Amino acid sequence: MITFPLLSTIIIVPLIGAIIAFLIKGDEANVSKNLRELAIWTSLVVLVISIIILLQFDLNSQNFQFIEKKTILSKFDISYHLGVDSVSLIFILLTTTLFPICFLYSKLSIKFRTREFVIAMLALEALTLGVFCSLDIVLFYIFFESLLIPMFLIIGIWGGKNRIFSSFKFFLYTLAGSVFFLISIIFMAYTSNTTSIPQLDNYYFDVYLQKWLWFGMFLSFAIKVPMWPFHTWLPDAHVEAPTIGSMILAGVLLKVGAFAFLRISLPILPEASIYFSSFIMTLSAIAVVYTSIVAFAQTDIKKLIAYSSVAHMGYVTAGIFSISKIGIQGSLFQMISHGIVSAGLFLSIGLLYERTKSRIMDDYNLIIKSMPIFSLFFIVLVLSSVGLPGTSGFIGELLVVIGVFKNFLILGFIISSGIILGAVYMMSLVRKIIFTGSNSSTVTELTDLNVLEILLMLFLVFFTLLLGLFPNIILNITETSVIEILKNFN
Amino acid sequence: MSLPIFIFFLPLLSTFICFLCVLFKENRKAEILSSLLISIAAFLSILCYLKINVFVGNYNIYNWINLGNIELKLSVFYDPLTAIMFLVVNSVSALVHIFSIGYMASDPYRARFFCYLSLFTFAMLILVSADNFIQLFLGWEGVGLCSYLLVGFYFSKLSASNAALKAFLVNRVGDFGYLIAIALIFTFFQSLNFEDVFSNSASYAGKNFIFFGYDVDLLTTITMFLFLAAMGKSAQIGLHVWLPDAMEGPTPVSALIHAATMVTAGVFLVARCSPLFEMAHLTLNFITYIGLVTCLFAASVALLQDDIKKIIAYSTCSQLGYMFFACGISAYSLGIFHLVTHAFFKALLFLSAGSVIHVCHHEQNIKKMGGLCRKIPITYFFIILGSLALMGIPPFSGYFSKDLILEFAFSLHSIKGNLVYYLGCLGAAMTSIYSVRLIYLTFHGKSKLKTKEYESVKEAPLVMLVPLFLLSLGAIFSGFFFYKIVKYESFWKNSLFYKENINFVDNAHHIPFIFKLFPIITVILFSFLVLFYFSKLNTFFDFTNKSFSKLLIVIKQKWYFDILYNFLFIKKLKIFSKFLWKRVDQKIIDGLGPLGVSYCVYSASRYLKAFQNGKIFSYATFMVLGIILFFSLIFISF
Repeated sequence: MITFPLLSTIIIVPLIGAIIAFLIKGDEANVSKNLRELAIWTSLVVLVISIIILLQFDLNSQNFQFIEKKTILSKFDISYHLGVDSVSLIFILLTTTLFPICFLYSKLSIKFRTREFVIAMLALEALTLGVFCSLDIVLFYIFFESLLIPMFLIIGIWGGKNRIFSSFKFFLYTLAGSVFFLISIIFMAYTSNTTSIPQLDNYYFDVYLQKWLWFGMFLSFAIKVPMWPFHTWLPDAHVEAPTIGSMILAGVLLKVGAFAFLRISLPILPEASIYFSSFIMTLSAIAVVYTSIVAFAQTDIKKLIAYSSVAHMGYVTAGIFSISKIGIQGSLFQMISHGIVSAGLFLSIGLLYERTKSRIMDDYNLIIKSMPIFSLFFIVLVLSSVGLPGTSGFIGELLVVIGVFKNFLILGFIISSGIILGAVYMMSLVRKIIFTGSNSSTVTELTDLNVLEILLMLFLVFFTLLLGLFPNIILNITETSVIEILKNFN
Repeated sequence: MSLPIFIFFLPLLSTFICFLCVLFKENRKAEILSSLLISIAAFLSILCYLKINVFVGNYNIYNWINLGNIELKLSVFYDPLTAIMFLVVNSVSALVHIFSIGYMASDPYRARFFCYLSLFTFAMLILVSADNFIQLFLGWEGVGLCSYLLVGFYFSKLSASNAALKAFLVNRVGDFGYLIAIALIFTFFQSLNFEDVFSNSASYAGKNFIFFGYDVDLLTTITMFLFLAAMGKSAQIGLHVWLPDAMEGPTPVSALIHAATMVTAGVFLVARCSPLFEMAHLTLNFITYIGLVTCLFAASVALLQDDIKKIIAYSTCSQLGYMFFACGISAYSLGIFHLVTHAFFKALLFLSAGSVIHVCHHEQNIKKMGGLCRKIPITYFFIILGSLALMGIPPFSGYFSKDLILEFAFSLHSIKGNLVYYLGCLGAAMTSIYSVRLIYLTFHGKSKLKTKEYESVKEAPLVMLVPLFLLSLGAIFSGFFFYKIVKYESFWKNSLFYKENINFVDNAHHIPFIFKLFPIITVILFSFLVLFYFSKLNTFFDFTNKSFSKLLIVIKQKWYFDILYNFLFIKKLKIFSKFLWKRVDQKIIDGLGPLGVSYCVYSASRYLKAFQNGKIFSYATFMVLGIILFFSLIFISF
C-alpha cells in the first residue's frame, strides 16, 4: 500500500488553487488570463492525481482503498476518514474530467468577477471530491451540504435575469433536506456509537429505526438527485446558471444525491431500503413519464435539457432501488453517461447562446446549414440522450430496465416507455433547431465551432461512443463494489 | 480474417471513407469508392451464399456487454438465414449506390448521402448477423437512425423533416415493445443470446406469469411485444403511418430502405425468433390477421393514390402483409422467400419510378404524367417487368413466392388457411388494379406534362439503367434461383424452427389444380378489366359521383389514420404537457413546496411582528402574562 495521502491531496489541490486565485495581483486583463490558466492547470493536476489513483487501484479488492484516518472526536469516533471503492472511483474520474473541460471553455463566458468565479468553482471541485471520498458520515454530511454554498453563489451571482429567485429556491430546497439528514446522523451516532461508514455497514439497526433514519435522509438525497416531486428547483437553477455552472450541476452535482443513496441508504439500512423500494420505484416511474411530458412543452432549450435530466435521474434511482446487481450497475452507468451527455448538451447550448444570446427554440433554425460540425456533435449527444444503441445512454437504460423488471414488472413497463417519450421531446428539439426553421424567423448565419470548441465537444462525443461500444470498461470496474454494496441483502 | 467478417466490415469502411470525403468535400470520390466497396461486398455475399456450407459459423468480433453472468458478443453469426439477408442487402444496396450516382448527380451534398447509405448497409448487416437480442437491437436502431437521416435528407423541406421525425417516433413505439420483450426474456431465460433462449423455448411453453394483474402466457406475451417491434419497423397496420410519409426521402433511399431491406427487418425478426413464435399460437394467429388486414388495407389505399411513390409505398406495406401472414401460418421459409423476391422486384419498381421522376423534373403525380412510354421505353419496360413480378404472373419471381404462400395456406384446410387464401387472392386482385392503373396513367394516354417539358424528357443515363437491368434480372430469375430454399428444408440447418415438420412445396402442390390457377386468373382478369376501363370506359363511368363515393373518400383519406393520430398524439399531448408544466409543476408542487413554505413563514412573521411594536406598555403586559403562565405551569405540575 502506498502511504502518500493521495485522497487528501486530491481534495486539497483545488483548495490551494483557490487560495492562489485569491492572492493573484496585477491589472485586470492579466489577472483574468492568469486566473484561467491557474484554474486549468489546477484541474489538470487533479485529473492526473485521479488517474494515478485509478492506476494504483486494485480492482479485485472489495475493501475501501487509499484509506486515511485521523480521529477528531473520540466520543463517537468522529474522524477524518477517507477511502474509495470502485463506485466512488468512477465518480471521482467523472468529476476530475469534467472540470478541466469547463475551465477550458470558460474563457469566453465569464465577463466579470472572474476571481470569485474561479474560487467558487475550485471550491466546488474540492467539496465534490470530498463527498466521493469521505468514509465518515459526519464528514460526508459536511462536504455534502457545503456544496450548496459555491453552487448558490454561482447561480446567484453569475446567473441570468431571474437568478435571485432561482438561487433562493435552490437554497431553500437543499436546506430543508439537510435538517432531516443531520437529525438522522445524530440518531445513528447515538445508537451505534460510531460514525464510520464501514463500521455502520456492519452495524444492525432495528427495522423500525431503520425506516425513520432512511426517511430522514431520503428527503435530503431526493432533493439533490432530484427526484419527483422535489425537482422544481432544477429547471430554474439551470436556466439561470452560467453554462459552466449548468455543466457541473448536471454533470457532477446531480450524481451526489444518488451516490449518497448508494453509499449510505443501501448498505447501512438494507431492510428499510427494501421496504421503501417500491415507493422510490413509483416516484422514479413518475419522474420518467411526467418530466418527459413536461419537457415536451418547453420552449427554452436549457429548461428542456434540465427536465430531461430529471427523467434520466429517474432511471438512476429506479436502478438503485431495484436492489439488483444489474440494476445498480445500470444506474452507475447511466450516471456516468448522463454526466458526459448532459455536460455536452449544456455546453452545446452555451455555444449557441454565445452566438445568438438566445435560448429560445424558435430563434434557431437550420443550424445544420451554418454549423454542420456543431450539428453532428449535437445530434450524437441527443441520440445518446434518447438511448440509441451504440451510445452510452443505451447501456444504462437497458441495464436499469432489465434490473427493474426482475422485481417490478409493471413499473419496469412504465419506465421503459421513457424511450418513446424521451425521443418525442429530444427529436422534436433536433427537428426544430437543427433541421427546420420556424416560419417567423429567417435563417440566421452562425459561425461554426472553432478549434478549441471542436476539441471539447469531440472529447465528450468520443466518450459517449466509446462507452456505448465498450461498456465493459465501466462495468468491469464497478462490479466488485456493487456486489459489496449488496452484501447486506440476501 | 474470414470472408463473412470481411464482408461485414466493407460497408463500415465505405462509411468511413465517405465521411472523410464529406470533410474534404470530395463528392466524386465518395460515390465511386462507396459504390465499388459495396459492390465488392455484394459479389462476395453471392459467393458466400453459393458456398454456404463452407462459411456457416459464428465469427466473434469482441465481447460487447457483460450482463450479469452473460457475455453479449458483437459477432457475425453466419447461418443460412443471415447468408440470404447478406446477399439481398448487399446486392440491392450496391445497385442502389450505383443508381444514386446518376440520380443524385446534381446534389451538392451527395458525399453525405453516400455516407448515410453505406452506414445504413452496415447497420443492416449488424442486424441480420446478430447472435443475441442486443446486437439485433443495435442494428435495428441503427437502420432506424439512417432511415431518419435519409428521409430528412432534403431537410430544408419542412415536410421532409416532419416525415423523418414521424418515422423515428413511430418506430420508437415498436422499439418500446422490443425493449419490454428483451427485459422479459432476460427476466425469465436469464440470457439474451439466441442460442440459450431458443434452446430453452420449449420448456417455457405454456408457462404463465402475472402481468398487470392478469395471468398471462409467458411466450405469448414476449412474442406479442416482439411483434409490436416488427409492426413498427415493417409498417403494419396501426404503425404504418410513417412509411408513406417516408417517401419524402430521395427515391433510391425508398428503394433500398423502404422496400427491399429495412422494412423487411420485422419479417426477419419473426423468422429469426421462430422458436419463440412457434410456441405461441395465439401470437401466430394475431400475426396472420394483422398481416391480412394490412395487406388489404394498404392495397385499398394504393388504389386511389396519385403520387407514384406513395402507390409503391402502400404496395410495399401490403406485400409485407403477405410475408407476415406467411409467418403467421408457420411458413417462415415462404415468408423469407417472398422477402427475397420482393426485395428485387420492388427495388426495381422504385428505382424505375425514381428514373421516371428524375426525367420528369421531380414530378411525382401520375395524373400529371401520361404518354411517357414513347419517350422512355426502356424504363417503361422495366416498370412492366417489375409490375408483372409484383402481380405474381408466371414466370416472374413474384409468382413463385406469392402463389406458394397462398397455395400452402389453402392446403392447411383450416379456417385460418382458407381466410389467408381467399383474402390473399383479393389482395392480389387489388395489386393488379393499382399496378395497371399506375402504368396506364404514367405511360399511356395523352401526356399532361407541358409540351416543352414533355419534349425534353429523355431516357435516364446509363449509370441508372444498368442497375435497373440487373435488378430486372433479379425480378425475373430470383424465383428460380432461390427456389431451393423452400424446396429443401435441409437448406436452413436449424436457423428456422418448425413445430411440425411440413414440406411446404409438396403440400402446396397437392391442392386441386383449379385452386392453383385461381390467383393467377383473378390477377389477369382484373388487369384486363382495369386496362379496358382506362382505355375505353373511362368516360362512361364516373365513380366519384356515385353512391359509394363516400367509401372512396374514406380510402382516399387513408382510413383517417393520420388525422386520428394527429389529434390524439400531437394536439392532446401538447395540451397535456402544458397542463403538467404550468399547473402541476408551477402551481401545485411549487405552491406546496418552496413558495408555500416561504409564504407561511412570511405570513407568520407578519403576525409575530405585532408583538415587537417597541411600546414599553405592551412588553410589560406580555412579561406579566409570561410570568403568570410560568408559575401556573409550576403550580399544575406539583
